[in-house]
Amino acid sequence: MLTILKLALLQSWETSFVALRALRRNKLRSGLTALGIIIGVASVVAMVAMGNGARVRIQSQVASLGQNLLTILAGASHSGGVSGGLGSASALTLGDAEAIRREVADVVAVSPEISTSAQAISNGRNWSTSIVGESPDYLVIREWKLASGSMFTERDVRAAAKVALIGSKTAHELFGPLDPVGQAVRIKNIPFAITGVLASKGAGMGGQNQDDRIIVPYTTAMKRITGDRYLRSINLQVVSSERMDAAQQQVTSLLRQRHRLAADREDDFNIFNQKEIADTVSEVTGVITLLLGAIASISLLVGGIGIMNIMLVSVTERTREIGIRIAVGAQPSAIKLQFLSNP
Amino acid sequence: MQDANTTVLVQLRDVEKTYRTGEVEVQEVRGVRLAIERGEFVAIMGASGSGKSTLMNILGCLDKPTSGEYVLDGLGVAGLDRKRLAALRNRKLGFVFQSFNLLTRTTALENVELPMLYSVPIIPRRARRQRAIGALERVGLRERVGHYSNQLSGGQQQRVAIARALVNRPELLLADEPTGNLDTRTSIEIMGLFQELNESGLTIVMVTHEVDISAYCKRVVVMRDGIVISDNRNEVRRCAQTERAALDEVEHTARLA
Ligand SMILES: Nc1ncnc2c1ncn2[C@@H]1O[C@H](COP(=O)(O)OP(=O)(O)OP(=O)(O)O)[C@@H](O)[C@H]1O
Ligand SMILES: [Mg+2]
Repeated sequence: MLTILKLALLQSWETSFVALRALRRNKLRSGLTALGIIIGVASVVAMVAMGNGARVRIQSQVASLGQNLLTILAGASHSGGVSGGLGSASALTLGDAEAIRREVADVVAVSPEISTSAQAISNGRNWSTSIVGESPDYLVIREWKLASGSMFTERDVRAAAKVALIGSKTAHELFGPLDPVGQAVRIKNIPFAITGVLASKGAGMGGQNQDDRIIVPYTTAMKRITGDRYLRSINLQVVSSERMDAAQQQVTSLLRQRHRLAADREDDFNIFNQKEIADTVSEVTGVITLLLGAIASISLLVGGIGIMNIMLVSVTERTREIGIRIAVGAQPSAIKLQFLSNP
Repeated sequence: MQDANTTVLVQLRDVEKTYRTGEVEVQEVRGVRLAIERGEFVAIMGASGSGKSTLMNILGCLDKPTSGEYVLDGLGVAGLDRKRLAALRNRKLGFVFQSFNLLTRTTALENVELPMLYSVPIIPRRARRQRAIGALERVGLRERVGHYSNQLSGGQQQRVAIARALVNRPELLLADEPTGNLDTRTSIEIMGLFQELNESGLTIVMVTHEVDISAYCKRVVVMRDGIVISDNRNEVRRCAQTERAALDEVEHTARLA
């Protein structure tokens, strides 16, 4: 038994020795074969890694929206056959926001949103940025931290106080390295006291820079800056991700009732469900990863067929050699082994 | 093993070989009876297509007869599987071909070592090398050990092939037109080598077209259309060694003149 094993070992050693020698003699062919395999495998790895990277990036962007977020946008996606564009119709009111806060139990935080863009002037500098009106709950809903200072309060909201939070990009543009907290910024000629600086959040889902903005109480934005009675959107936080769909349904029926929509009318608002978006996105990126992997696998397969082709060519090229080896008494298995170990 | 018919090395009884190409069956060897004793030097002659190579392939266990019996060294070949046949070729048979058939991009030494790579039991590397050098020495190529196949003349390549055939000390040397690609002088050299090997006891079967070459052998078998039509001992044998000496003499005087 032991001797048989020893024999087999010795013989495979001889074969690998012969194969190694042949490898050295066919440097180019061996090199190209190895290159083919390496590129094939590398492309599979790279493609899958790219797919996964994209998925992680997109998921983190979705997560950066906040936790269990529902966003109600004013305006139907289709009204009377004409697409009005989201947020374009004037349908959402503060009353709607109040009603939701009161009546939908699963909603734990509400922030009515108004937004416009304006010049912000401070420190002798001048920067065009977006001015967003929100409630103090906004930071909770968006899971947004403050880099310094503090959020404005309910009292500021009730008083339509001239206070503001400033995004990190805007702060940098207006104040450079200085701490903006306690400084004043003028928007439409009204001086606002800066109470805090938002932590940097990076690009949002639409690619816009979320750090370039100034947040003020929504009452302030409505009364002092835009003069509008209508909201652009309402941000809601739901108690848990399991309750998202139920909360969305309740909000929908509440708003339809408040807007007195007949049963055959479409909604005059639109609700973005973060969970739905996240699910869709991960589904799409999963498909993309699969697709990339499949393409790379095909290229690996093509490479493999190329290598098979080389081996086939080398076998037909070397039928003479095989004949010689058979004539001197090579075992069929030894020949197979040689051609597998050394194409 | 040393029984009564130990002198008979090859025994062919009614050997037939039929090739089938598509629907057509063609019988190329049709009932050959042949007995070859140890120490014989047989020439097989015959017109092209008369089945000489087919017969050689059967003798060399590269091909099996369609029917009939082939006993080599007391062993019936018909019942052996591919592995056993390979081992048999490795131990008992040596081949020399018309076109030399050395491995390309391989040195003379490695070519001669080749059969020993497949030997059981394993021959250690050092012993392999020594035996290969010994075989090359025997065919007069001690100085060409490290030459690659393409760096050798035809005659030298054929001698490397002979060394390769000899290195495992076979019972039977099979040569299919070994001088077919060589000039007269080199042919004489190769035949001298064969005669020498035969004198030292090696059994040789050789296919040739040339009557001149067959005259170096002890026995001449003539084939036609797959059967043996004559089988005679050579009464007058040519001796390659004396002929070569004479040739050298002639060339020497020519050079002096
Ligand atoms: N593998 C094969 N399949 C079919 N027919 C074959 C095969 N090998 C040989 N033959 C046929 O067998 C016949 C004898 O061939 P063989 O090679 O034995 O002739 P030969 O006597 O050696 O001729 P030459 O002197 O030209 O070498 C030829 O007609 C050939 O066509
Ligand atoms: Mg032939």
